[in-house]
Amino acid sequence: MEDEQSFSDICGGRLALQRRYYSPSCREFCISCPRLSLRSLTAVTCTVWLAAYGLFTLCENSIILSAAIFITLLGLLGYLHFVKIDQETLLIIDSLGIQMTSSYASGKESTTFIEMGKVKDVIINEGIYMQKVIYYLCILLKDPVEPHGISQVVPVFQPVGCHLA
Amino acid sequence: MPTPPPESAAPGNSRVPGMVLKAFFPTCCASADSGLLVGRWVPEQTSAVVLAVVHFPFIPIQVKELLARVQQASQVGVAVLGTWCHRRQDAEESLGHFLEGLGAIFSHEPWLQLCRERGSKFWSCKATRRQAPTCPGAPGEDQVMLVFYDQRKVLLSQLHPPVALPDHQAGDAVAGAGGLAAVFDTVARSEELFRSDRFDEGPVRLSHWQSEGVEASILAELAKRASGPICLLLGGLLSLVSAASACRVFQLWPLSFIWSKLSTCEQLRHRLEQLTFVFSTQKAENPTQLMRKANVLVSVFLDVALGLALLSWLHGKDRIGHLAEALVPVADHVAEELQHLLQWLMGAPAGLKMNRALDQVLGRFFLYHLHLWISYIHLMSPFIERILWHVGLSACLGLTVSLSILSDIIALLTFHIYCFYVYGARLYCLKICGLSSLWRLFRGKKWNVLRQRVDSCSYDLDQLFIGTLLFTILLFLLPTTALYYLVFTLLRLLVVAVQGLIHVLVDLINSLPLYSLGLRLCRPYRLAAGVKFRVLEHEADRPLRLLMQLWLPPHPLLGLPVPQAFLWGAHLPLEAERGQAGLTDPGHRPARHRHTATVSPPPCRGR
Repeated sequence: MEDEQSFSDICGGRLALQRRYYSPSCREFCISCPRLSLRSLTAVTCTVWLAAYGLFTLCENSIILSAAIFITLLGLLGYLHFVKIDQETLLIIDSLGIQMTSSYASGKESTTFIEMGKVKDVIINEGIYMQKVIYYLCILLKDPVEPHGISQVVPVFQPVGCHLA
Repeated sequence: MPTPPPESAAPGNSRVPGMVLKAFFPTCCASADSGLLVGRWVPEQTSAVVLAVVHFPFIPIQVKELLARVQQASQVGVAVLGTWCHRRQDAEESLGHFLEGLGAIFSHEPWLQLCRERGSKFWSCKATRRQAPTCPGAPGEDQVMLVFYDQRKVLLSQLHPPVALPDHQAGDAVAGAGGLAAVFDTVARSEELFRSDRFDEGPVRLSHWQSEGVEASILAELAKRASGPICLLLGGLLSLVSAASACRVFQLWPLSFIWSKLSTCEQLRHRLEQLTFVFSTQKAENPTQLMRKANVLVSVFLDVALGLALLSWLHGKDRIGHLAEALVPVADHVAEELQHLLQWLMGAPAGLKMNRALDQVLGRFFLYHLHLWISYIHLMSPFIERILWHVGLSACLGLTVSLSILSDIIALLTFHIYCFYVYGARLYCLKICGLSSLWRLFRGKKWNVLRQRVDSCSYDLDQLFIGTLLFTILLFLLPTTALYYLVFTLLRLLVVAVQGLIHVLVDLINSLPLYSLGLRLCRPYRLAAGVKFRVLEHEADRPLRLLMQLWLPPHPLLGLPVPQAFLWGAHLPLEAERGQAGLTDPGHRPARHRHTATVSPPPCRGR
């Protein structure tokens, strides 16, 4: 059973939330972030190449142009692989645990699984980001040493801040 | 006689209300024929861990004997959990009734019934409880969730907690493991169950991850047998060597001073320690220590291999001769450049006006030293080739030893630069001390040694007069001394930077965890640190199926110390006392003495 809704993040980009209901003991929430926009990609590439061309006219060394191309390519690949998140998924399995998956634009997936025995509570926390107060969901983990203490606060979704896209 | 499973001593407590029943099913049994499910029931987690499938035909007494034997050997409460039905043809209704009848022979609470249709991906699961539920409203049938796991990978990834010590109760370790650790623990301890494969002529036919043939490797077995005597032999040799090196002769003053300054000795000592650790006859207590030993061994092998390659390269085509021939002209060239530099300083360097007399004195002093150094190099030149040849032989001990020797040779060849730096620094330091003390006198203050503070003091007129005069003289001579100090410190920094680079390379070879990197490429499940789940195709009204996979942490490299080594190796030469340059993990590496000769200015308090 699926359900889709659309929201907007703190920067005004569009987010889509999908809720899947597999069984009474298993549910999945999926947030899709906005895609990489062609406009911003073109803008960044043009800026870098104009700067490189400007340097080339000063230095008359063609290595600068090749270096600019390399930098643009490597920068784009690095951005897609390490920074640009396509989709974030939260899978809740009753009595097993909670699993958070982030899939990046290059296809890389990074997963974190927290066992139910370690989860103390799930809360909505407030944080101050620049001049705004934002609310984010996070999981409190139990402290193995102290029974009433908290060892870690794990935010559920990555801070969906102002990405380049 | 149905034997009650040992876990559920109090029958009413064998479930946690509200928890869905999880059945951990091995992926290798998904295509097995119908039979009985054998495994362990964990009541705290309401999960059934299926370890194997017993196929027809079997005699119930023999199955119970096998289970009792496995339970005694592994201390894990293995029991018959339910039935497994794999319908290959459509008309097998009688099998269903037969399987239900088995529930009467092997009673277990709850009784699992897994069924798979031919040509259908979705399974059907039922868990029935025979006894009347204690809490009102709880149904007689439970909801079941299937979790598939790869037995081989879970066993080999060593995610289970380490084996309990023999003097502890076995029950402690199992009870302490919560959640998924209980599942891993169960699988890991049931080695006895996995020992029989389908080629054995035993009374009971099992299906599990090793049922196609027990996995073993001749090389691994031979290595295990041979490792005992080899470790003893090498351990004995290494202890002899360390005893010889610790003998009294080497602790006497000149020798101990030299040993502490040479980085080659440091490297050799480090290697000796590492090899002693690897070849110690104690078994590794946990997987981390085993990984560490393997890393050290692989890095030693690589080191020796690279060293032998360097040796063969050096001794071919008379390269050592060429090197020796090139060495003296290079030393001469460096000395000539230094002479030019000193001549430049004695003139008007960078347009600054120096004090002529002091300039000439210092310049001539350093020039004389340089002249001595050049004659010393020329004296040594006939012996250099032979020395280099013998030193080149040390490459068979490893590339790191050769690099350390190279660093030592650079230190020896640039000894004059070090001397100049020491002179310049001492002179500068004396001057600064004098200046600060006379400045205090100029202001009418004095340093109180007793109270360790600055106090006012009334001086006589002649004391003030002479003090001010000396202060002025020192002040006007300051630029000259400062310039000499600056130039020689920069030269010394250059040499230290080169040595630091070599040390970084040596540290890299010493501490790169090649075995872990290799494991990450070839057998990633060995480095797994957790699990992740994937929801398989789902249909409404069918039980949920999940696939449990091993999860690798994103940064498996064990604390790479390279950046720290670089920072410590190339900083300003006025610091780094011995032992301060220790890297993070004291158990992993001893504190290394960085080969930066120190000149620590004496505390300049008033005289």
